Amino acid sequence: MVEAFGPAGNESRIRDVIRKEVEGLVDEVTVDAMGNLIAIRRGQGPRVMIAAHMDEIGVIVTHIDDEGFVRFSNMGGISPFMLIGQRVIFDNGTIGAFGMEKLDDMKDLKLNKMFIDIGAKDGASAKEKVSIGDIGAFHREAHFQGDRVIAKSLDNRAGCAVLVQALKELAGREIPNQVYAVFTVQEELGLRGAKTAAYGINPDVGFAVDVTGTGDTPEAPTMAVKLGEGPTIKVKDRVVLTHPRVRRFMTETAEKNGIPYQLEILEGGGTDTGPIHLTREGVPSGAISVPTRYIHTPSEMADMNDMKNAVKLFVAILEAKLDEAIL
Amino acid sequence: MLLKTLTEAFGVSGQEQEVAAILREQVSPYCDKVETDALGNLIAIKNGNEKGPKVMLSAHMDEIGLMVMYIENSGTLRFKPIGGVDPRVLVSKSVYVGKDRVPGVIGAKPIHLQKREEADKPFDIDGLFIDIGAKDKDEAEKLVKPGDGIIFATKYQDIGTSRAKAKAFDDRVGCAVLARLLMMDKQWNFTLQGVFTAQEEVGGRGAQVASYSLEPDIAIAFEGTTASDVPGSKEHLYSTSLGKGPALTHADASFVADPRIVKRLMEVADKNGIPYQMRELTTGGTDAGRIHLVREGIPAVVVSVPTRYIHSPASIIDKCDFENAIKLMAAFLDSIEERGLPF
Repeated sequence: MVEAFGPAGNESRIRDVIRKEVEGLVDEVTVDAMGNLIAIRRGQGPRVMIAAHMDEIGVIVTHIDDEGFVRFSNMGGISPFMLIGQRVIFDNGTIGAFGMEKLDDMKDLKLNKMFIDIGAKDGASAKEKVSIGDIGAFHREAHFQGDRVIAKSLDNRAGCAVLVQALKELAGREIPNQVYAVFTVQEELGLRGAKTAAYGINPDVGFAVDVTGTGDTPEAPTMAVKLGEGPTIKVKDRVVLTHPRVRRFMTETAEKNGIPYQLEILEGGGTDTGPIHLTREGVPSGAISVPTRYIHTPSEMADMNDMKNAVKLFVAILEAKLDEAIL
Repeated sequence: MLLKTLTEAFGVSGQEQEVAAILREQVSPYCDKVETDALGNLIAIKNGNEKGPKVMLSAHMDEIGLMVMYIENSGTLRFKPIGGVDPRVLVSKSVYVGKDRVPGVIGAKPIHLQKREEADKPFDIDGLFIDIGAKDKDEAEKLVKPGDGIIFATKYQDIGTSRAKAKAFDDRVGCAVLARLLMMDKQWNFTLQGVFTAQEEVGGRGAQVASYSLEPDIAIAFEGTTASDVPGSKEHLYSTSLGKGPALTHADASFVADPRIVKRLMEVADKNGIPYQMRELTTGGTDAGRIHLVREGIPAVVVSVPTRYIHSPASIIDKCDFENAIKLMAAFLDSIEERGLPF
C-alpha cells in the first residue's frame, strides 16, 4: 500500500489496490461521485462509518517550458526544502528529479522557484511525457527494519491497512453493527472526500483512522505520543473535539481488551473526523491514529505494533453494541 | 450592451439586487422559470426532458468592494473591504457609495503632511477614508449609512482592437457568458439550471445553498480569472494570457476539477476549432470549490475568461476570449445532448 501511486486528486491506482483487498470481505463495494471507495457490511444495528484517507501528498504540473522543464504546485502540505534530492513519479511511470533556480539564500526557496526535470531535451518531448494538470507522487520504496517501517505515504496508507485488516479479521463473523468502511479521497486538500461520503452514508457513529505526530525525537515539539506505545485515541485536533461518550467508550474498550493506547492531542492538522462529525444533524465521532514520525516527507516512520494494536482496537469496537455504548 | 451594463452595475457581495434585476430582465423571456432564493441567488431554469440530467451553470454576480462602517463627525466615511481588496490600489480612486451611487473619493493624508516613514509605505485601510463632499456628519447621514456598499466608479470602455476595460469583470464576464447561453433560442434534452450566485467573493456562500437545493448532476462555474501575462511576471507564473482562449482549470486551492469533464471540454474545443488554454496556477478558489462538496458530491469544473488586474478598479479582458468561452460552452452543451454526461 505505501508504494502504490495515489496522490490527492488522482487516487485511482491506490483505489484499485484497496478494492482488490476488500472485495469478498464485505457485501458491497461502491465508488461515489468524488471517488471515495465505500466497502459496506450490511446487517443489523447502527450505521458506523470508518474513514481512512487513501490519498497521499503530491505535486501538480502547472507549466512546461520550451527547454522541457516542468513547473509544479503542491497537492497537500509540502515544504520545498523536503523536495531537494527527491524523485517524483507520474501516473504513466515518468520519473523526474526536483531542481531549483539559483538562490543567494536558501531561505528564499519556494515551490515556484523549483522545477521537475524529467530528462526531456526540449518542451515538445517533455509534453509527450507529461501534461499540465498531471499529478505526481513521491517515488520511494518501503523498508521494514525490526518493528519499524520507513516509507512514503504511511500518511495514510497505515490507516488504510489498519482498516482493511480489521475488515479481514471480522469477515464471516456476526457483529451488531453495519459497517461503512470508506477509503476517502482528497483528505490532504482539505478533508474533502469524507464530507460527501458522510453525507451520503448518513452514519449514526463515525470514526477515522489516520496517522498522528509524535514528541519522541530529539528536541521534538511537546507531544505525549511515542512510537511503539500503542495507537492513539484522539482527544482533539484542529477540526474536532472527540465526543466524550465516544472517547470514553474507546478507552474503556482498549482497557477491557488489554490493548495499549495513548491519548492524542494534535495541535496542528486535522483528519476526516472533522467533516464526519459535522454532517447533517451531527454525528458522534472519534479517531484512532498511528503514531508516525516525519509526516509529509518521503521517509515517514511508524511501528508495526501500533498498527496491529489499532486493528485489535477497531475489531473490539465493531464487535461492541455501539447503539448501547454510544447512542 | 450586456458587458457594459453588467460591469457598471452595483453589486458588492450581499448587495447583488441591481445585477440580479438586469439579468432577470435579460434572461426571463428565454427561460421556463426564474426565481430568487433566500440568499439572493438568481436561478433561471430551462426545462428539458424530465428523465435527462440536470446541468448547473453558474457565475457569481457579486464584486469585491468596500462597505461604510462609520461616519466621522467631519462627514467623512470609514470603511472596510468586502472580499479580497488590495489596499494599495485604493488611494485617490473615485467611488460610488450605496445603491443611489453617491459619488466620493478615497482620501488619505496628503503627501505634504506625511512623515518620512509614512511616505515610504502604502496606506493601509485604516489610514484611508471616503469623502463624499459632506460638510459634517448630519449632511453625510442624509446621503449614506453604515452598511452601504461601495463600488469603484469605473466606466466600461472598448480599448485596443478587441479588448475591453471595466471594473468587476470578475465575475460579470462570467455572468455575461451564462446570460448569453441562456438567451440562446434553444432547449436541450436536459434541464439547464442557470445560477447567478451571491457572495462568492466572501466564500462561495450563494453557490453552496443553490447547489444544495438544485441537486445538479454536473456543475460548470464561469469565472473571470487572473491573467498575469504582464511585465515583471515570469512565464510560468502567468496563470493565463489574454487572447489565447477561455481557460480550463485542473485544480485550484478550492477543488480538483473533474478530469472527465475537463477532457470532454478539450475534445469539444479541438473538434470545433475553439482555442483554449489551461490555467497554470493552483492558487485562488471559486464557487466550484463549494459546489463540488455539496450533498454526496457534484462533479464540477471552472471555465474562465482571462482577466488582467482583477480585484482592482479597472481590469482588462480580450473579448475574443469571452466569445470563445460562449462558443465552447454551447458546443459542450450540445455534446451532452448528443453523447450524455462525460461520466
